[in-house]
Amino acid sequence: MRTEVEKSKIVVRNLDFYYGETRALKNISIDIPEYCVTAFIGPSGCGKSTLLRTFNKIYKIYPNQRATGEILLDGVDIVQNVSDLNRLRARVGMVFQQPTPFPMSIYNNIAFGVRLYENLKNIEMDERVEWALHKAALWDEVKDILHRSGNSLSGGQQQRLCIARAIAVRPEVLLLDEPASALDPISTSRIENLVTELKKDYTIVIVTHNMQQAARVSDFTAYMYLGELIEFAGTELIFTRPARKETEDYITGKFG
Amino acid sequence: MIVSLPARRRLINLASQIGSVLTVCFGLFWLFWILLTLLQLGIPGMNLKVFTQMTPPPGSPGGLLNAIVGTFLMVMLSTLIGTPIGILAGIYLAEYGQTGWLSPLTRFINDILLSAPSIVIGLFVYEVYVVFTGHFSGLAGSFALGLLVIPVVVRTTENMLKLVPNRLREAAAALGTPRWKVITMITLRASRAGIITGILLAVARISGETAPLLFTSLNNQFWSSNINRPMANLPVTIFEYAMSPYKDWQNLAWAGALLITFGVLGLNIVARTFLRQSGPGR
Repeated sequence: MRTEVEKSKIVVRNLDFYYGETRALKNISIDIPEYCVTAFIGPSGCGKSTLLRTFNKIYKIYPNQRATGEILLDGVDIVQNVSDLNRLRARVGMVFQQPTPFPMSIYNNIAFGVRLYENLKNIEMDERVEWALHKAALWDEVKDILHRSGNSLSGGQQQRLCIARAIAVRPEVLLLDEPASALDPISTSRIENLVTELKKDYTIVIVTHNMQQAARVSDFTAYMYLGELIEFAGTELIFTRPARKETEDYITGKFG
Repeated sequence: MIVSLPARRRLINLASQIGSVLTVCFGLFWLFWILLTLLQLGIPGMNLKVFTQMTPPPGSPGGLLNAIVGTFLMVMLSTLIGTPIGILAGIYLAEYGQTGWLSPLTRFINDILLSAPSIVIGLFVYEVYVVFTGHFSGLAGSFALGLLVIPVVVRTTENMLKLVPNRLREAAAALGTPRWKVITMITLRASRAGIITGILLAVARISGETAPLLFTSLNNQFWSSNINRPMANLPVTIFEYAMSPYKDWQNLAWAGALLITFGVLGLNIVARTFLRQSGPGR
């Protein structure tokens, strides 16, 4: 399935994914448009997070998980041959469901990823940290406590810290795996505003089990069920005139 | 008599509560008796000479200085030998060895080493090192104690690293962090307090060990900081002096026992507060 309007940043063709012997993704093909927000929705266990986790090959941490098929990032296949896995992950950032601040100061949480690939002077690093925190709408809250542990922040602040950390390495794609599911409504709306703000500079893919959230933040929505991509179209179209009966059942709450 | 259900439950609750309190008291009773006896008999032998003079021949005044310093040196050396090996092996078990046969095998052998009688360790070092060099030495003692440190540190390092949630590893990897940096800068850092606690507990364990030293460092009546010669140490000195018929030696043995016990107690307390202050993930 494809949308012809935008340039595609990620092109997936005939992707299968296995947890050991279990086939979790079945022949997925999808085009992720550049500088847009694409949302994956569907009931628990439908494979939306699994699909997201193939885009930066984070599944490679686990020895019994594997993918077959094609994922083209700017036209280059990343499933079969990737010369440097860590370079790929620096290009494709990810934010997880649970906030995961590193056991270090707020400043170093941001600087950590930057130091891996860039050799910045102190003053440049300070600027980068401030820039990332500004982007993540966290600067005003932490500018006076940068030396404090990242764990001392509230859950919503921690999650924005994780977003800032992901942005600081200046990736091209940002993968968000239910980034607001562990947060209160105020933090959630902050993060949603942030997503809308960030799509000017990044290609964003967001997994969510919250359909209103998908409707609010995304330009395109993919509905998945049992490891298959059921429907992929513009978000407005999906939520007003879905082409498939299954999609309609899910978004109207008859199922799921 | 028919007892209503809530009353019966209350009765059972009361009985089990009394039972567990009594059991706790039973355990604590012996512990406090031991500590009390130690204090009673150890404190009279405690004086400045204990810390300033060498172990004496019977009938002359003296202290435990050479034994204290010897124990200190050997414990330090064995910790320096055992800790890096233990931590590296623990890292392998927790971070790298998810598949294959090496990890289960290592874990199994480590468990055996953990529960091996320490005298066997002493005999082993005697056979491979003392016999080879031809004499007892402080270094041999340190090897034996180091072999006791390794399994404790392996176990705690592995357990503490496994407490670090996988999402932290994923988050670090998702930034493009190489594996070794994920381990050294994220997971080890997150479990730092627990690993240090493990090392302190290992130190506490070896500082009272007598059996492995009997065959390795033996003892020394005189001041010696040469690790290639027999070295004085508290446990063996206590062993010898307590078995002797001389009253002044027995007093010194009690003083030494008091020193070790409170040293170990202190280490345990430090270790526990360390762990409480900063649990894993903090």
